Amino acid sequence: AAGVFGFSLSASATPEATAESIKNFAGGKEPAMGGDLTLTTPEIAENGNTVPIEVSVASPMTDDDYVESVVIYAEGNPNPDVAVFHFTPMSGAAEAKTRMRLAKTQNVVAVAKTSKGQVFMDKKEVKVTIGGCGG
Amino acid sequence: MDNIKPRVKVPKSASAGEIITIKTLINHPMESGLRKGKDGNLIPRQIINKFTCEFNGKSVFSCELEPAISANPYIEFSAKVTEAGTFKFSWLDDDGSVYETENKIAIK
Repeated sequence: AAGVFGFSLSASATPEATAESIKNFAGGKEPAMGGDLTLTTPEIAENGNTVPIEVSVASPMTDDDYVESVVIYAEGNPNPDVAVFHFTPMSGAAEAKTRMRLAKTQNVVAVAKTSKGQVFMDKKEVKVTIGGCGG
Repeated sequence: MDNIKPRVKVPKSASAGEIITIKTLINHPMESGLRKGKDGNLIPRQIINKFTCEFNGKSVFSCELEPAISANPYIEFSAKVTEAGTFKFSWLDDDGSVYETENKIAIK
């Protein structure tokens, strides 16, 4: 299935590129690992074309204390950006699920930012059996 | 693009203050721009790059999507329902198209 999704055609992103993006997102703050943010991924993804992921941040989600955004990165994809979720107090809970492409076995990183300026991070390794994208 | 049909699952009613789960899916190839066609040339990128959900005109949830999101993008999130009203969902395509759908919800 080489070339079906073509991620293998270009250079992979690096953990360094992801770290740079996180720095920009966090406004220079050092994110606190784990804690209020939980990233849930499968340990092993047989098909890298559609890997379910879930983010959940413990937060009161009130007008003066809520999670503004959560960004997802895939360190080993050609482009580490995956998605940015924007929440509001009307979200009720800072939770979202989607499905993503992973070119190969790699770390997936989630970073959350709250209205009070707190920054949280979580990271999970996903082993990919068949690369999303013919990798 | 033709034949793009958004689908959403929203409860018909909720108690005041209840946090509900909303599930959305839109059929779309999410062409990454990194894939070669039969002729050996790259197929241009064409994805859904943004999704928004509003309730009675106010933002509930939105997200920006990159080519790393799977084909037929599925998005699930929460909403706190304090009054009866209408959820409006929009998906923005790279080609400028906007796909929209609406769902009403009542208070139990």
